[in-house]
Amino acid sequence: MSDIAERVKKIVVEHLGVEAAQVKEDAKFIDDLGADSLDTVELVMAFEEEFSIEIPDDAAEKIQTVGDAINFINSNSKS
Amino acid sequence: MFDLTGKTALVTGASGGIGGAIARALHKQGAAVTLSGTRADALEQLKAGLGERTHVVTAKMDDPTDIDRLAKEAEAAMGKIDILVNNAGITRDNLSMRMKDEDWEKVLQVNLTGTFRLTRAAMRGMMRRRHGRVINITSVVGVTGNPGQANYAAAKAGLIGMSKSLAQELASRAITVNCIAPGFIATPMTDVLTDEQKKGILGRVPADRLGTPDEIAAGAVYLASDEAAYVTGQTLHINGGMAMI
Ligand SMILES: NC(=O)c1ccc[n+]([C@@H]2O[C@H](COP(=O)([O-])OP(=O)(O)OC[C@H]3O[C@@H](n4cnc5c(N)ncnc54)[C@H](OP(=O)(O)O)[C@@H]3O)[C@@H](O)[C@H]2O)c1
Repeated sequence: MSDIAERVKKIVVEHLGVEAAQVKEDAKFIDDLGADSLDTVELVMAFEEEFSIEIPDDAAEKIQTVGDAINFINSNSKS
Repeated sequence: MFDLTGKTALVTGASGGIGGAIARALHKQGAAVTLSGTRADALEQLKAGLGERTHVVTAKMDDPTDIDRLAKEAEAAMGKIDILVNNAGITRDNLSMRMKDEDWEKVLQVNLTGTFRLTRAAMRGMMRRRHGRVINITSVVGVTGNPGQANYAAAKAGLIGMSKSLAQELASRAITVNCIAPGFIATPMTDVLTDEQKKGILGRVPADRLGTPDEIAAGAVYLASDEAAYVTGQTLHINGGMAMI
């Protein structure tokens, strides 16, 4: 569980170039972390690759915070 | 100006007249190039003439798995793809009433769908690196239409609309997407026309001659360069005055 959270946060830090301390679970990608719509697409694709899962578009739309991403991956990944 | 040292380019249709000229011109400016097409022998021959900084990857642009493999192998060979020139293209001309479904579909698949797929496969790396140049070779007939070429004109017009959309999606990542629309250029594609047909076409070209592949390649070098960083979503018409649009 926490391992997934760490991996998600690492990806967010790398992709958005933000400080790890900013990547709290309630941080919104767009409002708090300065992401634009292309960034969110890139993040979703990076999550898909890292966790070998598929995130359908309607689910991706609901992933707005770091915590949303961790929750989705927790309940959908096999690893 | 227009120095491409350290840049890498993937050129499809490099075994053809215009693609070969584009690959040579980009290479001459210092870029590493990956040459693609279906005929390995023709690509190897071009590679032998260019020497170092040259790779060959064959791929069929109407085969999705081939296209993904092409992007991966080109990236592996050169380390990245900075410049993507979507130049592979075919014609299957016939008056619409006589045009078969398969001729419609094949032309759309190779000229339009294949280009979209390859661009999609190449753009992730460009986005990550915050740099990229996509150059799509369309045609004057994509803008003017041409009897006997409903399929080809549709595909080429489609490329222009697609390029404008991609240009807007990718501009914030310093990736430009432009088209070059050649007029009537002397290549194997136009060799098949009869003298009568050529005479008819030249009657509409104020420059009163065919264009050369090198004249198309010069446009590609410009659009690929750092100097053209602020040019995106455009179509550069190189046609001897055949259509002024
Ligand atoms: N010549 C003109 O007057 C003119 C005018 C306007 C636009 N254009 C455009 O310019 C581009 C180049 O044309 P060109 O005159 O240089 O034609 P060309 O000499 O016939 O070359 C066509 C190229 O496309 C490749 N190709 C064709 N089908 C393919 C497929 N299924 N998969 C992968 N590659 C494929 C060919 O590769 P292989 O031979 O290895 O199969 C060849 O390298 C085309 O997009 C064309 O529409 C040409």
